[in-house]
Amino acid sequence: MKLFGEYCLILFKSQLQYRASFLLLSAGQFLIPLTSLAGLYFLFERFGSIEGWNFYEVALIFAVIHMTFALSECLSRGFDMFSTLIVNGEFDRLLVRPRSTVLQVLGSKFEFTRIGRLLQSAIVLGWAISGLSVDWTAWKVVVLALMIASGTFIFTGIFMIMAALSFWTIQGLEVANVFTDGGREMSQYPISIYQKWITRFFTFVIPFGCVNYLPLMYILGRAEDGSGGVGFLYSLAPLAGFVFIVPCLLVWRVGVRHYRSTGS
Amino acid sequence: MITVNGINKSFKVAKRTAGVGSAFKALFRREYTDVAALSDISFSIGQGEIVGYIGPNGAGKSTTIKVMSGILVPDSGTCSIMGYTPWQDRVKYVKHIGVVFGQRSQLWWDVPVIDSFELLRDIYDVPESEYRGNLTLLTETLDLSGILHTPVRQLSLGQRMRCELAASLLHSPSILFLDEPTIGLDAVSKLAVRDFIKVMNKEKGVTVILTTHDMNDIEALAQRILLIGKGRLLYDGGVEDLRGRYAADNASIEDVIVQMYKEYQIT
Repeated sequence: MKLFGEYCLILFKSQLQYRASFLLLSAGQFLIPLTSLAGLYFLFERFGSIEGWNFYEVALIFAVIHMTFALSECLSRGFDMFSTLIVNGEFDRLLVRPRSTVLQVLGSKFEFTRIGRLLQSAIVLGWAISGLSVDWTAWKVVVLALMIASGTFIFTGIFMIMAALSFWTIQGLEVANVFTDGGREMSQYPISIYQKWITRFFTFVIPFGCVNYLPLMYILGRAEDGSGGVGFLYSLAPLAGFVFIVPCLLVWRVGVRHYRSTGS
Repeated sequence: MITVNGINKSFKVAKRTAGVGSAFKALFRREYTDVAALSDISFSIGQGEIVGYIGPNGAGKSTTIKVMSGILVPDSGTCSIMGYTPWQDRVKYVKHIGVVFGQRSQLWWDVPVIDSFELLRDIYDVPESEYRGNLTLLTETLDLSGILHTPVRQLSLGQRMRCELAASLLHSPSILFLDEPTIGLDAVSKLAVRDFIKVMNKEKGVTVILTTHDMNDIEALAQRILLIGKGRLLYDGGVEDLRGRYAADNASIEDVIVQMYKEYQIT
């Protein structure tokens, strides 16, 4: 963990060598999600609510998912950009160093410019919370933090699987964006508004629903309609994100093994 | 110290034929051929030796280095280096080796050299006193004091190669793999690199395995040559024996190697 910090530091120093581009890119990252947010705003101005969800509630979901996306793009950029490590042979270098490949790939790149997106979603988050009337308890704050952490794990897991696939394809797979960008765009709305099969896919296969929709039901007090246990159960849903990373790590290991037996 | 026994490695290579039509067909169905990269490679190297590993491009030099440094798993054969099997105990094993790929940098491009060194210290978990000692020795022998605080991207190739060598020795490895360490260097830098390798070998007893196309490297450094061609080990012996075997006394080592390549038909 300390070493992860050191990787982070050296890359931050590198980033600072290019100050102007860093500032401009960060500003850009700050502005990009604003367009989606504006879309959201006009949608609600026209229709008032979607399936009983009001603007602030959806803004909260929006903020959480964009925050996790920004965090994972910043921290797991090494997996996102992994195909370049394969193409230029840098991965061989990682294999002759006495550390796990996962740590080294994570440490190979950080995208600090995502700080812009992070800041933007943090502001939206604060604003959405101030607009909602929620009885905050300590546990609810923990659940919110869990949602963000767990979402970061899910995106990282997807990046990791796609990185592992590039052991076979060499070139990066744009198809990954269906799940990352696509997942992000989908899950900035409450997933209950979609078709059943989409809802199921994003709950049980890639558990985006578990990191925002279900726990938000708990935070907003919507889950307590039925029996009392359901609400608490919903608040535990973010743990699914941590479970999701396990098969991703396995796929990664298979990929590394394949690489070491074929050398390409 | 190093025992390699009967290593085989083959790669699957997709068959390609010319033309758009067959390229299109290859999208859906590919035929593969097995290409033997290494067949039945065996040798052993003692502690403190400097061994030159030579052969034409594509002969299998890099593949052997990759197997010995734990990157690649061979199809069959055994390899024991300091009691480890490189591809099985990767993390434990690689602490004892240093690897320099002449064509690729291991330093962080945009930051001063010293920052890379310090990160490597933490990656290899080198104790502070050992790190200080090594850094002082390496800075002196490689004359790095003027460039330690320069970002890597501003260094000349020669300066960079000196830093690469230092970087690969910070954790006091017992074995050093050098894959074309003098490629693209000017005469002065080449000499500096060679001298340094000699010093490290003498003073610290580092075992060196070096691949190169520059026969002057071999002549200046290696007591022993391994020649590989088309995946087979063709010659294993002293540099001087070779000269006696192939040419008159005044022939350069370059001539000798050309003769060998011709004899084994591996060019």
